[in-house]
Amino acid sequence: MQLTLEFGGGLELLCQSVKIHKVNVDLQAGKEKLTMRDLLSWVRTNLIKERPEMFMKGESVRPGVLVLINDCDWELSGQLDTTLVEKDVIVFISTLHGG
Amino acid sequence: MESNGGDAFRILEEIETLKAAKSDIEHRIANLQVQIGGVAVEEMTDSILCPPISTNDAGFGHGLSPEMVYRYSRQLLLPSFGVKGQSNLLKSSILVVGAGGLGSPALLYLAACGVGRLGIVDHDDVELNNMHRQIIHTEAYIGQSKVKSAAAACRAINSTIDIVEHREALRTSNALEIVRKYDIVIDATDNLPSRYMISDCCVVLGKPLVSGAALGLEGQLTVYNHIGSPCYRCLFPTPPPTSACQRCSDSGVLGVVPGVIGCLQALEAIKIASAIGEPLSGRMLLFDALSARIRIVKIRGRSLHCEVCGENAAFTEQMFQDFDYEKFTQSPLTPLPLKLKLLPENVRISAKEYKERVVKGEAHVLVDVRPEHHFKIVSLPKSLNIPLSSLEGKLPEISSALKEEEKCNGPTSSPGASLYVICRRGNDSQRAVQLLHKMGFTSAQDIIGGLESWARDVDPNFPIY
Repeated sequence: MQLTLEFGGGLELLCQSVKIHKVNVDLQAGKEKLTMRDLLSWVRTNLIKERPEMFMKGESVRPGVLVLINDCDWELSGQLDTTLVEKDVIVFISTLHGG
Repeated sequence: MESNGGDAFRILEEIETLKAAKSDIEHRIANLQVQIGGVAVEEMTDSILCPPISTNDAGFGHGLSPEMVYRYSRQLLLPSFGVKGQSNLLKSSILVVGAGGLGSPALLYLAACGVGRLGIVDHDDVELNNMHRQIIHTEAYIGQSKVKSAAAACRAINSTIDIVEHREALRTSNALEIVRKYDIVIDATDNLPSRYMISDCCVVLGKPLVSGAALGLEGQLTVYNHIGSPCYRCLFPTPPPTSACQRCSDSGVLGVVPGVIGCLQALEAIKIASAIGEPLSGRMLLFDALSARIRIVKIRGRSLHCEVCGENAAFTEQMFQDFDYEKFTQSPLTPLPLKLKLLPENVRISAKEYKERVVKGEAHVLVDVRPEHHFKIVSLPKSLNIPLSSLEGKLPEISSALKEEEKCNGPTSSPGASLYVICRRGNDSQRAVQLLHKMGFTSAQDIIGGLESWARDVDPNFPIY
């Protein structure tokens, strides 16, 4: 499945400072759909190069990270259970505090 | 001269007092005129609207004096803003918390556009390294209160509005009292505990909160606690780990980035105060300066389960005052640079002692563990840059540097070349020495306080950043 993943607010530093990743994620054997839960574990294995605890906590993202699926808070689409479809754009952004 | 100066000061003070009284009276007159004007317009709806010709502003039906009409004319000309928007704005009060990178442009625009009362909170003084982004301040105010400086700049732009100075840090003990006096709050602070505290305070007092943040080359903006939008806690119920909280003084920031966000904060506050347009409630603006991209995303609404603004939440003023925001976020409200102490005294030396050893010609290697872009700003002569993050993989470089140094100095009675480690402030160098000890470089020593103490105690001309 073709997806666009974007990292911002400093999270890009965990994947070699690359902000936009066009990726191809295969469905796990025996599964019919790809959920955000599956994608997070895929990202952790394939994209996060350092300090995974700065990206994830348990099976979800760490506190302070907003997840947006097609410009919409994932809280509105079912968080980890959101089913992804071809060409979805998923943004992971760390909240900023500076000023 | 002395007494002349004293007189001038007294006169200036009296002028300030009279100006404040004048602005207060003008404000009251404007309010009364709006009341009369409203009635008059309603009575005349069926007849041709023809106000009496008069130089007295009482007759125009909108409460704006001729001077105000002229000053704000370019805003009055906007059909969607007009006299209604302007008179709403003149009646409103806005509190800006933080007179820094975000607060600077926000305050300038809010003063200029004619917000009736503008409050400024900050406890800090103006520093030279603020100037590149905190554009409200001028060099003449370095070392003086940011609030004093910002208030003077605002008054210089618009002497007809009320500017209120709060020269203190916002804390749970004074926040309710201060915030209560304003209609709208702008969060222009730079730290996590303040953000939670200001949001909670706005929920308790029912104030809309225009929240902006900027770091590096990115910015974020949203309006909390306004017409169904979430509060900061709905969005971030659990604070992030402190290691995820970067600061401008560590990570850097391009001045114009908080500038852009601060301007947008002023805009959102003006829209709410004048009751025009669609506020950025329930949406968040994400600004990426490098790729020139602005993205506006939909965020969750107010959470029913939020501990502060949720359906069953009972977060009272008393609970707010008793809440420990520093403990909750594990970070201080007025952050000071971190000062770690990880090592025993016998493996640490002061910058002065290091200087003495250099002068004596001691054979040694100096490893600077700062990131490469820091090293490029300034470094000590002959230091070897190996950033802490890559130290573990580059130990052979240190071994060969030590061997080289011993060879150059010839066989002496001393037990080989010493190994010193330095960084910016003396924290990473301790982490590095710990690692080096573990990896067998048992002679590694830390230079206490890093390059900052070198600049302070050894070479005052050495640049600090």
